[in-house]
Amino acid sequence: MPRGYAGKYLEVDLTKEKTNDTAIDERTLEDYFGGRGLGAKILWDRIGDRWAKVDPLGPENILLALTGPMTGIYPGGRICVTGKSPVSNGTVGSTASTEFAHELRTAGYDGVIVTGKASGPVYILVTEEGGEIRDAGHLWGTIGEDTLKMLNKEVSEELTGRKPNVGLWKEPGMIYVGPAGENMVRNAGVMTKLCHACGYGGYGSVMGSKNLKAIVAKGRGPLPDVWAPEAVKLLWKKAHEELIARDSFRRQGTGYGGWSTGATLSSEPVRNWQEEWHDERTFGGPMFENRFWVKKYWTDFNCTCNCMKLSCIPSGKWAGDITDNPDYELQSYLGTNFGIFDPADNIHLSALVDNLGHHAIGAGNAAAFAAELYQRGILTEEDLGFKLEWGDTEAFDRLLWMMARREGIGDVLAEGTYRAAKKIGEMKGVDCMPYVVHVKGIEVGAHGTRSDHDFLAHDISYAVNVQGGDHTSVASDGFRELSGAVFSDSGVICSFARTPQNIIFGLAKAITGYPITIDSWRRVTGPRIVTLQKALLLLGGPDVTWTPIEDDDNPPRFYEPLPSGPWKGRTTDRELVERKRLTYFETLGWDERGIPKAETLQRLGLEDLEPSMKGLRV
Amino acid sequence: MTSIWIVRDYESCTGCRRCELACSLHHEGWFWPEASRVRVFMPFPGVEVPHLCAQCDDYPCVEACPTDALTVDENTTAVLVDQEKCIGCSKCIGACPGSVPILNPETGKATICDLCDGDPECVKVCHEARYDALRLVEERMSKNRKLFSRHPIEVARDLAVKFFGEKGEEVI
Repeated sequence: MPRGYAGKYLEVDLTKEKTNDTAIDERTLEDYFGGRGLGAKILWDRIGDRWAKVDPLGPENILLALTGPMTGIYPGGRICVTGKSPVSNGTVGSTASTEFAHELRTAGYDGVIVTGKASGPVYILVTEEGGEIRDAGHLWGTIGEDTLKMLNKEVSEELTGRKPNVGLWKEPGMIYVGPAGENMVRNAGVMTKLCHACGYGGYGSVMGSKNLKAIVAKGRGPLPDVWAPEAVKLLWKKAHEELIARDSFRRQGTGYGGWSTGATLSSEPVRNWQEEWHDERTFGGPMFENRFWVKKYWTDFNCTCNCMKLSCIPSGKWAGDITDNPDYELQSYLGTNFGIFDPADNIHLSALVDNLGHHAIGAGNAAAFAAELYQRGILTEEDLGFKLEWGDTEAFDRLLWMMARREGIGDVLAEGTYRAAKKIGEMKGVDCMPYVVHVKGIEVGAHGTRSDHDFLAHDISYAVNVQGGDHTSVASDGFRELSGAVFSDSGVICSFARTPQNIIFGLAKAITGYPITIDSWRRVTGPRIVTLQKALLLLGGPDVTWTPIEDDDNPPRFYEPLPSGPWKGRTTDRELVERKRLTYFETLGWDERGIPKAETLQRLGLEDLEPSMKGLRV
Repeated sequence: MTSIWIVRDYESCTGCRRCELACSLHHEGWFWPEASRVRVFMPFPGVEVPHLCAQCDDYPCVEACPTDALTVDENTTAVLVDQEKCIGCSKCIGACPGSVPILNPETGKATICDLCDGDPECVKVCHEARYDALRLVEERMSKNRKLFSRHPIEVARDLAVKFFGEKGEEVI
């Protein structure tokens, strides 16, 4: 039995209304670790050649909520939700920090594997006694804060009733969907802790398609045994020392980014990426901090990183709206990208999006796309039912509700920006693709590449990424990112709780006993995971299949010159993209069209992908 | 007579729960949040309440114990549990105004903060992280201590109003 794992996974068949425990063999765990890597492996093993035919929103899809062997032990424990993505039709290891993760592990489970579709709304409860499918009729339709409130109370009371004498039961951990997920808004998030989301990949809609409102866990056991406990304790302490020393990040989180990323890096989406620069000081970090941050140091289980700041609007028409910072992604996607530069308006929209269970980047991207179409006269007041001007918070509020409920134009936008653009293009006879900022259907995170001053590599960060527009795990050189985000998402730990790699990999080894090194992740495990993800992405379907190399590109907007700011006129160098793309493919052992070569599959133990890849090579 | 006591500053608690980890490392030898003598309740995100023994001046838990398993440490004023004598009847939990004690998930015996013999681990990690939500003070034994022995949900309701105003009335 491998160390660092609780040792079993909960299998839930919602169609047959059955749950049982299942184990995963040690070889698979060592080869794929957990979370994102293991998820892709489970999906391929179970779906296999049928991949292109499986509707991600049909009962055949599998929803996975997985931890990794480092979860709960390394600072910043997360859950990784994955499955066949209804957005990219590949897989995304979509992670969020949450107490659900360690509750699951202390209940004795490393993850939950959900298949089938329930006949009515349900939630899954996981405890040491096993898994239970429970009625969620009363929870269906509730917004995030009500779901949390009701489930906290209901489950605490239930567990207290079962064991009344052991002392007070602490609230459980949970992941859940809001109305957006229930209504299968294609890019909806899986929510947790009010304002955290497994956003990328659209797994909220997968939960909705299964009539699954939430997965709730409460454990009372210890975290799993490890291979070298004394080394783990020492490295745990060292990791925290590193995090505690990061003063400015702890103080500001990313909550100062809404102004500074635009003003200083010129890489922030403004009005659907028509610009990436602004200097609106009303949107500065202190304007959020001074008026709205009611808790400046907020964090998740076993984390001293403190990127979160609890915000609440104290007065006015949105009094009582609660969210975190908002963090940079929400400040930009629900602020600058809507032409909104007022902190209260931004907090309101963030709280709204969280409560509706939208993925803020996905929904923010789609709503801003609609606003640009309105600006250009492609969508009219008649199409929308109201005016959608930049900076009009009430209008965006209304549109986000319509998307969550799939009403009117919201029903079209609920398909995500890329699919909505195709539909609106057909409706209007206009090519809307120039205004879609996506890669592989996945709306691009709020970090532009044109100025070349953000954290990403200019040019291919998103273009060749196996998770498309996902900014939390971008492509760099086919090497470094494999021991970075690909490892963190499989571990499953937070990439914000960054410490020197010798600590992270020292812990990985001390926890599992596997001969894990940075090098082994860059040369074997990492390539194995992204090559498998790449293959699944290439297989795609059924509604969209990406064309090799043609779709391994940036959105058209990224080739327009920046119209403003310190790097005005600068844009992405197409020739450089093409050259680096080839280098990237070569590094990973993929052919010149980005299809994994037979010898690569052989080397990585992915031989069973060869028949499907062979078909793509001709 | 003065003795040590852990002051809790709920607003400063970030919810990192390293107190739970440090406590269980010290007492159980491993990370075990639900065996910890301090537990952070979070009935609503952002509203975090570290819940631990307040050393009431009249020690109702000690009074309630039918087997004399609970005693008060003369130096620290902490409640000590005799593992041999404890029968896991949970009378101490019922007698506690804040329902603080728990039964250890494995042994089923009463589990109460013992102040780590005077140098509490939870306080150390909280201070290391510069939160100081839990701080060690030396002060006279007083009735005030008992005011901190409250049900964590009640404390959370107060905190929610402090953080969120009127909205705070509805979230828990």
